Amino acid sequence: MTTNNLAEKSATENGVYDLAVQSVRELNQALHDQRHQLTCTEWKVLNPKGQHNIAVGVDKKLTIDIQGHAGYYCAGMNKEAEITVYGHAGQGVAENMMSGTVRVKGNASSSAGATAHGGLLIIEGDAGSRCGISMKGVDIVVKGSVGHMSCFMGQAGILAVCGDAGDALGDSLYEAHIYVKGSVKSLGADCIEKEMRPEHIEELTKLFERAGVTDQDPKHFKRYGSARQLYNFKVDNAAAY
Amino acid sequence: MCGIVGLYLKNDKYEGELGKLFTPMLIAMTERGPDSAGFAIYGDEVTEGCKLTLRHENENFDWQALADAIKTSLNTTVDWFQNNKVAIFKVAAEAESIEDYLASNHQDVRVMSAGKSIEILKEVGLPEHIVDSFKLSQMKGSHIIGHTRMATESAVSMEGSHPFSTGLDLCLVHNGSFSNHNRLRQELKREGIEFSTENDTEVAAGYLTYRLQQGDSLNEALENALQTLDGFYTLTIGTKDGFAVVRDPIACKPAVIAETDDYVAMASEYQALTTLPGIESAKVWEPEPARIYVWERGTTH
Repeated sequence: MTTNNLAEKSATENGVYDLAVQSVRELNQALHDQRHQLTCTEWKVLNPKGQHNIAVGVDKKLTIDIQGHAGYYCAGMNKEAEITVYGHAGQGVAENMMSGTVRVKGNASSSAGATAHGGLLIIEGDAGSRCGISMKGVDIVVKGSVGHMSCFMGQAGILAVCGDAGDALGDSLYEAHIYVKGSVKSLGADCIEKEMRPEHIEELTKLFERAGVTDQDPKHFKRYGSARQLYNFKVDNAAAY
Repeated sequence: MCGIVGLYLKNDKYEGELGKLFTPMLIAMTERGPDSAGFAIYGDEVTEGCKLTLRHENENFDWQALADAIKTSLNTTVDWFQNNKVAIFKVAAEAESIEDYLASNHQDVRVMSAGKSIEILKEVGLPEHIVDSFKLSQMKGSHIIGHTRMATESAVSMEGSHPFSTGLDLCLVHNGSFSNHNRLRQELKREGIEFSTENDTEVAAGYLTYRLQQGDSLNEALENALQTLDGFYTLTIGTKDGFAVVRDPIACKPAVIAETDDYVAMASEYQALTTLPGIESAKVWEPEPARIYVWERGTTH
């Protein structure tokens, strides 16, 4: 075994990857390998420096701390792992996540949590445009504000925004639940404000508990959902299709 | 694709190192644009007259003879130095009179930029070769914007690379594509704006030039651009005192901004910002669509 291999082996065993000297590909391979043989549950990624695809496709209950700003698609397709970005996350953080938890300590760029099926995404700062676009069951808590076209075609899951929402919130919405505490610049097609009933307060209370959010009162949020006028195939209109 | 980068210094702390800080930023965007690169640097301001960036295809062009000719025919003073295929001319006369002189006597000399402070340097080739050939790392200044190009709408050529000059001390870099550039080019030609390529960004630059000629402020020109330009774009506009960033209303083209007490930096991707001092604790965010961000000394917003 060469010295390099030794260094790599020890890095894997103690779960510290320095992306200044090791590649994202090596890191991701090491993380994927944990699915077959678990050697380490606590991982640290140093010097991410905005590189793309960090900790993508993890399929094991690992804790992964990314110490800095991440590039595009960080934590994409995550299953089970608890991934924290100690900085800003680029486009598509936690896109298509299946389960687990992804937490961004800074802001996130556009398409955070896009198409994600499950799990929990917490963005402690602001999220850019299209947060939760086409979400399919993920729960997303944004402690700041979200950009335009957030929750576009959202199918299932919860998007809770503690700040404001940009234009066209929930455009062409299916059955995702949206809660916003601040202002909504405009609602998208077929998205309407709905009554905040006790079961919604309860839903939001539980979500905040899971997300470790302690400074928000669900009673201060408004609920938005689908008017269900746009997405239903109506048999009465069959001749028009 | 294409990559864009900008660095604006809020104070004079890093002015001596502007080129050194910017060099790795531009090189970091090579993957987004490996076919050409360029930058517009602001600094070394002339107090009287103007500064022109001139370019000649022949590296051995006799710039001294041109300087002497301008001196004699315009009865003025000329201070100049050469950098690769370009020469920076500092002339105690109005930019327009020199441009007129060149148009009549030296059509082989291209005016890359004109103003008090701006220098536009761009070529075909890998960003790392271009920054080396112009010795960017030794340059000083207050702010700089740059571009790495992956041509989609028109040919790979020096003329088609960015930044594009849009007027005195003004320039534009662009990531994206405009879908209405042909029609707009025709309309602008009728208004007397000249074009030298089939490039879509040149049309956007020409549009800004036209609006500014019509008396728009920079902000008004950009508001009008948001209404008129159809397509996907992130634009960065260099001005004498700073820079502006604007994205189309859909905002498909990426952009990230980082701000500290000492600077504001923008890039297509965060990777271009990682070598800046204090970046780990900078405020980093994605600029909103259809919002005009301007940072200028004195009028920062």
